[in-house]
Amino acid sequence: MKVLRLVAVMFLTLAGITVATADVWEKHGYDQQFREFPDASPSRRFPLGTDALGRDRLARLVYGTRVSLLLAPAAALVSCALALAAGGIAGLAGGVAERAILAAADLFLSLPWFFLLLIARASLPLNVSPAISVTIMFLLLGVLGWAAPARVIRASVRELRHADFILFAHASGIAPWRILAAHLAPNLRPVLRARFWIAIPAYILAEATLGMLGLGISEPLPSLGGLLRDLESIDISSRLWLLAPAVLLAAVMLSLQVLRPADPTL
Amino acid sequence: MKHFLLFLLTLALRGAELHFALAAEPKTVDPFLVADEPAEAIRYLTEGSLVRVNRLTQQPEPELAESWQVLANGRKIVFHLRPGVTFPDGRPFTSADVADSFSKLLAPGLHSPIADPFRTAKGTVKVTAQGKYTVVAEFPEPVPQALRLFDQVSMVSAAAAQRPAPGLGPFLIAERKPGVSILLRRNPAYWKRGLPRLDSIRIEILQNRDLELLRFRRGELQLIDKLTPELFDRLRADSPASAMDAGPTLDSEFLWFNEAPRAPIRGMAREWFQSKNFRRAISLAIHRDDLCRVVYRGHASPAAGPVSPSDKIWFDQALKPDPFDPAGAKKMLAAGGFRLEGNTLRDRAGNAVEFSIITNAGSVTRQQMAAMIQQDLAQIGIRVNLVTLDFPSLLERMTRSLDYEACLLGLVNVDADPSGLMNILLSSASNHPWNPAEKSPQTDWEAEIDRLMLAQASTADAAARKKSFDRVQEILHDQEPIVYLLHPNALAAVSPQLEGVTPVPFFPHTFWDAEHLDVRAKQ
Repeated sequence: MKVLRLVAVMFLTLAGITVATADVWEKHGYDQQFREFPDASPSRRFPLGTDALGRDRLARLVYGTRVSLLLAPAAALVSCALALAAGGIAGLAGGVAERAILAAADLFLSLPWFFLLLIARASLPLNVSPAISVTIMFLLLGVLGWAAPARVIRASVRELRHADFILFAHASGIAPWRILAAHLAPNLRPVLRARFWIAIPAYILAEATLGMLGLGISEPLPSLGGLLRDLESIDISSRLWLLAPAVLLAAVMLSLQVLRPADPTL
Repeated sequence: MKHFLLFLLTLALRGAELHFALAAEPKTVDPFLVADEPAEAIRYLTEGSLVRVNRLTQQPEPELAESWQVLANGRKIVFHLRPGVTFPDGRPFTSADVADSFSKLLAPGLHSPIADPFRTAKGTVKVTAQGKYTVVAEFPEPVPQALRLFDQVSMVSAAAAQRPAPGLGPFLIAERKPGVSILLRRNPAYWKRGLPRLDSIRIEILQNRDLELLRFRRGELQLIDKLTPELFDRLRADSPASAMDAGPTLDSEFLWFNEAPRAPIRGMAREWFQSKNFRRAISLAIHRDDLCRVVYRGHASPAAGPVSPSDKIWFDQALKPDPFDPAGAKKMLAAGGFRLEGNTLRDRAGNAVEFSIITNAGSVTRQQMAAMIQQDLAQIGIRVNLVTLDFPSLLERMTRSLDYEACLLGLVNVDADPSGLMNILLSSASNHPWNPAEKSPQTDWEAEIDRLMLAQASTADAAARKKSFDRVQEILHDQEPIVYLLHPNALAAVSPQLEGVTPVPFFPHTFWDAEHLDVRAKQ
């Protein structure tokens, strides 16, 4: 297990360094179209060939991975922060507030999030740059993903709220928000960490799903989801190098799973 | 022994089953409410009409009407029905059925899209039975090519309690499994003796085009009516005899800018879009040849206007597609008051020129075209943001909220006649893309288009119509309210097992002559 974790750390570090330094070593931009070479096979000039518009597949893979690896954790952070606030208030306050927050969480969980995303995306302003649109997309994923972790955190807070140190904090007149931030949050860290690691691959896959439907990140910015979408319409039997985005996504997900701490609530 | 011989005879006479797929479930099987391509396919195979436009020659041919006379400068058509035709229930087909079919079709409550062409500003067509086998259709004003309109109208039994009822086409709907398949069986009462040759057609609903090709290769489907360029090339590489390119269709792919005064867009953007120099510059900056070569893999032709060069009658031969000319585009922009600062184009007020193009999610070719246009326009300093939307959201923005700046879409054109473009080119039309439903034409050239389109629609004089429509094409080419990009080819796959297929550029590309198709038994 230790070896596996080491391999996962090494892989993610290597992937992180590669994508972070892409501007230095990558010769072609991810959006540069070499229209004389559409769908080219791998060559010295294009190590992973080119896509249908003659764009360097390696450049697109590297920049697409950068987008996904940067923004999925950010979205996971947003949903964990929202979950901490909602779950913490519900667990601490109890009564009507707890019931209201739980009802809202149930509602969010029962709603088809995919259609929510479609509606949210359709109502966004159109004239935004791809960088902003991708940020909004992951932000939406983060905001919509608060409900499940909030329920878990609320359960943990309920267990903790009768602990001596919390009772003591209450008795000392400490404000509830401070109890949540300074006393409960550190004790919820294992749960939050677990939920954070669970959310990252979920958001990468969610973006990939939207990308498969052509509703993901707008052109010309690449993402792992958008690159996977290319596979849908391409005959890969004789061109196995086209599987690179799928292999990379699988490797990233596996590494994240290996590194994910056990969820203490399970 | 006698039974055995009868069995052998039955086997010998038994026709085969054709298998193909539709990309979606037909939204309706009511022949009067057909508005989508899958439903049109089912209607085409199961319903009979008075005349049929031959998809190969594009000429109207006798069908349930064995002859006709066009009178009063195209205002009146007298149809003589074919005697001896019966519905599958044995009822004879007579003029009463024709009159009843039109009465149902034109009922105001039905809102049939097929009925629209039969309504003019002066009123609606009147169809009356005169004797058992004579029908008279009278239009309130001359309608050019009126005969062709009757190709779309299915003849339904006056005794039918509901629609669809077994009709007069070569096949009947025998089984319908929503979302899975539709089984059509030979119509035993079909009026053409010995036809159709096929015993049945099983139409599957398959949304995935790759899966459709895979099943074709396995021999589970015998034809694909519409292939994407990529799938076509893939098929051609390993089965050249099955891949058929029928040449340019009447369809077109185009881009337009939202010029509607009531659209909730930036005022400066509307000013750009209303500038002829701006629109012309955009057209010159787009590399149409590259779009055809890269996105359509050579299976498309650059467009000069709404009419495909394959339409030898209506295409204005004097028009040529705009060449790729970024230098010319920059000059045009300079003449319009724009200036290039570094890599950014700025308008008179110094605003950077940046706009968004919306298109529908799910169309790989449109998204690729949009990405290429994005790069082409970057060369003249324009930043384009691409947005793909699901179709309902796209329609909502295009037709109701008008909250978009530019849109990339296509038009599937089944009718070569210019009157088919009335609902797009008339300024009052709700589908007038760049400024829908204008109360009065906003510009002189739109007023001229209106006048010319109405003029060509109100005369049966072919030369006068051609002259008017040529001028319309010239105005569109000069003003570029719609930047026409290309006309895609009709690409189909036909199994060597299938006999009698002649692919054509018009829908349905492969099964337009379904009654003569046959499937050879596997060797």
